[in-house]
Amino acid sequence: MVGRFRWAAMFPDEVWEHVFSFLTSDGDRNAAALVCRNWNRIERRSRKRVFVGNCYSVAPTVAVRLFPEVRAAVIKGKPHFADFNLVPSDWGGGAEAWVEAMAEGWPNLEELRFKRMVVSDDCLDLIARSFKNFKVLSLVSCDGFSTSGLAAIAANCRHLRELNLRESEVEETCLNWISHFPEPFTSLVALDIACLEGEVNASILERLISRCSNIMTLRLNHSVPLERLVGLLQRAPQLMDLGTGKFSARHNPQLFSRLESAIVGCKNLRSLSGFWEPGLTYLPAVYSICEGLTSLNLNYATVQNPELVKIISRCKNLRRLLVMDLIEDSGLVAVASSCKLLQELRVFPSDPYDAAEPVSLTEHGLVAVSAGCPMLHSVLYFCRQMTNAALLTVAKNRPNLTCFRLCIIEPHTRDYVTQEPLDTGFSAIVESCKDLRRLSLSGLLTDLVFKSIGASANYLEMLSIAFAGDGDMGLHYILSGCKNLRKLEIRDCPFGDKPLLQNASKLETMRSLWMSSCSVTLGACRQLARAMPRLNVEVINESGRGPLAAQPDNCPVEKLYIYRTIAGPRTDTPQCVWTV
Amino acid sequence: MASYVEDTELRLGLPGSDAPAARGSKRSLPDQDDEAGDESCCRNGGSASAAKAQVVGWPPIRTYRKNSFQAMKTETTTVEPEASGLYVKVSMDGAPYLRKIDLKVYKGYMELKEALDSMFKCFSQGELSRKEGCNGSEYVISYEDKDGDLMLVGDVPWDMFTSSCKRLRIMKESEARGLEFRQ
Repeated sequence: MVGRFRWAAMFPDEVWEHVFSFLTSDGDRNAAALVCRNWNRIERRSRKRVFVGNCYSVAPTVAVRLFPEVRAAVIKGKPHFADFNLVPSDWGGGAEAWVEAMAEGWPNLEELRFKRMVVSDDCLDLIARSFKNFKVLSLVSCDGFSTSGLAAIAANCRHLRELNLRESEVEETCLNWISHFPEPFTSLVALDIACLEGEVNASILERLISRCSNIMTLRLNHSVPLERLVGLLQRAPQLMDLGTGKFSARHNPQLFSRLESAIVGCKNLRSLSGFWEPGLTYLPAVYSICEGLTSLNLNYATVQNPELVKIISRCKNLRRLLVMDLIEDSGLVAVASSCKLLQELRVFPSDPYDAAEPVSLTEHGLVAVSAGCPMLHSVLYFCRQMTNAALLTVAKNRPNLTCFRLCIIEPHTRDYVTQEPLDTGFSAIVESCKDLRRLSLSGLLTDLVFKSIGASANYLEMLSIAFAGDGDMGLHYILSGCKNLRKLEIRDCPFGDKPLLQNASKLETMRSLWMSSCSVTLGACRQLARAMPRLNVEVINESGRGPLAAQPDNCPVEKLYIYRTIAGPRTDTPQCVWTV
Repeated sequence: MASYVEDTELRLGLPGSDAPAARGSKRSLPDQDDEAGDESCCRNGGSASAAKAQVVGWPPIRTYRKNSFQAMKTETTTVEPEASGLYVKVSMDGAPYLRKIDLKVYKGYMELKEALDSMFKCFSQGELSRKEGCNGSEYVISYEDKDGDLMLVGDVPWDMFTSSCKRLRIMKESEARGLEFRQ
């Protein structure tokens, strides 16, 4: 048996390392590492990029020790539902342990990407001082830090190429943090500060942009007025990705023509976003570059259908469109006829709570786009009504869907024509779209839809369920099917203990399971935790009933987060979280 | 080791312990649904009140988007009535009540200062003054801007001041000294 693998030892390690360097996907490298001990050792020692989907799945010190040559790390923290305030703010996801371990063991780290982590200013300070060759800092949906921390990064990271703060919550303690980039600093390629709520000094930004001749991505925050945008564009005509600031000003024909020519001057512009408070007078300034755009994000643009259509219908090469439901069905029909290369569409609700003046965006818009855009594979759609027939049509038109997230705003909404649940519609989606990787359900749904999903969604990796199902069988269908399921998040469904306990081993094949406002009891959690030592079963009860250890087995669990881990129970749980 | 099945059988719980009621949304059978007539009825898990109660975290949109949308809504509604004036509250340390003034009425800082002088004369011994020329005067005018920061009046151009001022505060000079050194 040993003889069969002797060929692995025929080549020196460096040769295998070189071979492995052509394996770009983590999955492939993982597979290579499982072939034999030699390959495991060589692969591990030469791995340059590591992805940790759950920061608590492995101890930082262990990860750093196992992969000593890492140059780029991606670490994710809080569960996805934290985006919607379902996770207590002190739940965890702190970055300290990781940053400390990395500072010790990865001095040559160049790229660090955190998502939904709590990153303190101390962490940023440590990052700024520890990695001589630091190039990329990406903090997506993070919080816990302030502009003082950013000042430390700006001041110390001499080779910084990318600073991305997408959708993070940043406290503004240091007003002119951008001025901390020293004069000789010229390496910036991408800067995304769109999430900052405070004023950004446009003059300092201008000086920074002027000396960074390689800047390709610049996403401003809403405080940068239109007048200053002109100056920035003039200094960075090589920009490919622009996020504007506030897109309105007092009527001024001179400003308009200056803006228009500045935009025309950016011949490489492929991606546009921003457009806060857009004024009708200035939107036409972007018409000239629409044809070159591949990505357009208008999800802050509170303008009506006609203006939206005027822009979008010019974007013949669009691959990605984010827009509000103000686009309405007729606007989506225009998208379907103009944007034949469209791959991803996201339609957000302009008025998610009141619906005082209902917007004319219905299932028709979705159907139109599914019919007209043959390359459409990713959809996020908020609307107020749906029919099974529409979903069937979408399924028939677009079997190439990989991501389908439908949010019908009112829970338990039926097919408004037949008054039936939307089981058949969603079943058609999973049966037709064989490559579906991500699915979010909404509307009135019975256990039938889960039967279809469990049976047909063979490549599904992430499933989000809310206000759906009849009982335990629904969850059982999912957990006993869906071979490739990684993340399951459920809220307000009548799923109880039985399916969890019956499918306990399934949970170890997944990254995580979130269940809130369901029918799970503490007793089941205890049993699960006992049976599955490589799972952390976290019970979150915020109503302060006293220590969970003292509660009886039939105590209902408000929120439950189960994830696989080799690190054992974590030590940083707050009061409301208890690892069973 | 009690089996899980026994644990969830109906039994008398201890007083104060929650009954194992299903916390998930208990859907009634479709034909008993009276939802068709009442579109605003929104059932959330465990809650008895089915009125227009806003469910936590639903619809699933990010907070920043919610905030920025609400900000946009209020911006659009306050930008329109520009003709009706820019009223801000004015408080003075030690005064029993506040006043309200319309910033649009004044053309500059001098006029504002004079107006505040006459308004609050009865409460103060000396004249109100700006940060320069503090001899003999006891008070300093400060304001709270859009970001919630306390700022000294007079630093920025008048137009910028009126667009960012949310309220005025007349403070004792001794308290105000700290403001000058704030970044």
